[in-house]
Amino acid sequence: MSRSLMRLHSLRRSAYRQVGNLAKIVTDVVCPFCGTLCDDLEVALDDSGEKILEVYNACAIGATKFLHSQAEDRLTRPQMKQEDGSWKEVTYDEAAEYTAHMLVDAKKPLMYGWSSTSCSAQSVGSELGEEVGACMDNTATVCHGSTLIAVQDVGVPSATLGEIANRADRVVFWGCNPAHAHPRHMSRYSIFPRGFFTGKGSKSRKMVVVDPRRTDTAKMADIHLQLEQGRDYELLSAIRVAIRGEKLPETVAGIPAETIYEVADTLKSGRFSVIFFGMGVTHSLGKNHNIDIAISVTRDLNDYTKAAIIPMRGHYNVTGSGQVWGWQFGFPYCIDLSRGFARYNPGDSSSNDLLIRDEVDAAFVLGSDPGAHFPVGSVRKIAQLPSVCIDPHITPTSAVSKLHVPVAFVGVEVGGCAYRMDNVPIETRKVVEPPEGMLTDEEFLTMVLKRVKEIKGAA
Amino acid sequence: MAKITLTPTKIPTLRLEAENISPDIFAGKSKEEIAQLHVFVGKESQALGDYFEIAGETGSTAADTTIVINGDVSRVKYIGMKMTAGEVVINGDADMYVGAWMTGGKINANGSVDAFSGLGMTGGELTIKGNAGNYLGAAYRGDWRGMQGGTIRVSGNAGSDIGTFMRGGTIIIGGNVDVHVGTHMEGGTIIVQGDAKSRVGGQMVKGDIYVFGDIEVMMPGFQYRKDVDIEVDGTEGSFALYEGDMGERHGKKKGETIYGKLYMKY
Repeated sequence: MSRSLMRLHSLRRSAYRQVGNLAKIVTDVVCPFCGTLCDDLEVALDDSGEKILEVYNACAIGATKFLHSQAEDRLTRPQMKQEDGSWKEVTYDEAAEYTAHMLVDAKKPLMYGWSSTSCSAQSVGSELGEEVGACMDNTATVCHGSTLIAVQDVGVPSATLGEIANRADRVVFWGCNPAHAHPRHMSRYSIFPRGFFTGKGSKSRKMVVVDPRRTDTAKMADIHLQLEQGRDYELLSAIRVAIRGEKLPETVAGIPAETIYEVADTLKSGRFSVIFFGMGVTHSLGKNHNIDIAISVTRDLNDYTKAAIIPMRGHYNVTGSGQVWGWQFGFPYCIDLSRGFARYNPGDSSSNDLLIRDEVDAAFVLGSDPGAHFPVGSVRKIAQLPSVCIDPHITPTSAVSKLHVPVAFVGVEVGGCAYRMDNVPIETRKVVEPPEGMLTDEEFLTMVLKRVKEIKGAA
Repeated sequence: MAKITLTPTKIPTLRLEAENISPDIFAGKSKEEIAQLHVFVGKESQALGDYFEIAGETGSTAADTTIVINGDVSRVKYIGMKMTAGEVVINGDADMYVGAWMTGGKINANGSVDAFSGLGMTGGELTIKGNAGNYLGAAYRGDWRGMQGGTIRVSGNAGSDIGTFMRGGTIIIGGNVDVHVGTHMEGGTIIVQGDAKSRVGGQMVKGDIYVFGDIEVMMPGFQYRKDVDIEVDGTEGSFALYEGDMGERHGKKKGETIYGKLYMKY
């Protein structure tokens, strides 16, 4: 038995193991940071089992998330913004009271975020949203929402990351930079793993990166297509033309025709091609159309070989949010429940359109940071409206909200289900206890839901 | 034709959802009954009469009814949605979904309209004197049937994504258009009398697109065929005919492959 396999066996035997008399190691921990949802982390705890000392196997971002939960100056009680701009500590009961009244009183509250929490919390949130006739939206709205539109338009031939690790020998990263955004993606799934049919690891794979910038991911590529900014649709269309052997203009998007034919041949000649794509195509010019045509390229490739396409989802459970709402409402994001039934039309029922067009009169944010990600016009609206931010951290969103409710970290202080970027559900693990008296997302939402029902019952 | 006039009296705090402003629903109703029809502001159901002063009378059928809106309704959605007959005249700007899924009748918008107007329409006439927003005559999300019949005529400019998944009917834009014209088009005609930016006819299977001005960036899948002299919407001229999108699937008719046609005016 090889050393690594022995190690794996010892890990599987027990989730907790004792290292000498010093630290306790919690194994098989799932990282609640990005959509890669690495499930091989090990966390070292002190003797008491209450403090995280070190995080092994995680990338720098993931490790920081665990360690950040240990910050001395962490907020442990809700706080309400006062007229003079200062913050006053309030109880969870008072916070639930304010939140419930805000949601009931609003004609059309926006309930945004949902991507950095567990599926069970999302589900309680759905019930709450339905009860108060909210517009429910998750971070896909400024991320992979355009992917979801494209999937609705043309379908999607996809695969799990396990299949990619074991089979893919042509890997395309289009408009994404996993070296920085999903740091362990390439080592765990897409480029380096030695899988069943990919025994030589990175040597058995051809890597194509399409990016207008020479990113750290692009530097590793066999072929880097440094296209003109915002011409992804044209280049993808050109690849389709090349796959069919039709004539191309001399250059498309700044890429010479012969290079495009070469890339088309590379993808066709593989045993299994996969396209990973990110924000570089989902939120540049054309948005859903870029994904639509990338899916069409994948479909075309399936005439010659096996091909799949996978979005590089950002937040660790944005995929789960789409899944939960998919089975509860039939739509994955941009859901308008104000009339008592689910309506969906990004462009109309999407958060930024709602905020900028003055269509909502209260803002509730959980597990996301629109203050950092939304255009300033939208953030200004959140600041003007009655607003609640539910987040373990102090963020730009909590800073502009009227009420900030800190909660326990999902995946660190409470478990719960999350969906990986390839739609595989993984149960996250509780590693340490939250600070005394702190509630989880789910517990706080349940409190608000109960109070909302009471208020509505009385009305 | 009986005429009923709506004059806006109050600006809604959020947006007003007024799918009831349609000849089909107004027909045969008294002014009082019309004033009682619901409009929605978020989750609150209110009465149409709270927002409009209503004058005139309706016909017994939709075809006999003309609704004239005198004033700004740029915060009112769904005007003339799903209408089958009759006429709506909007003397002002309107919000989203004007004439969406309409199957017949006429809408004359003398101002501008916002996005999703004429969405999935199958018949009738939608005339817009001002500008139109995005997704004009396009398909609803996930639907493979965009506009299937009728005519949309815009005197001003139109936004992006016009005629997505279009399968029939005609869209005429007097001014310029933004990106994505006739994406996934499977039939029908789009005439752009001004300039187009890029992505004209991407993934196009069938149908005709005419562009009188320039296209900033041409799709790589279109190939020049020949020059033709034709009359388009009353304008005679010499056009360069391109066929495409070569990357997309195409059907055959009598052994010949049928492509989408893109005409560029010289």
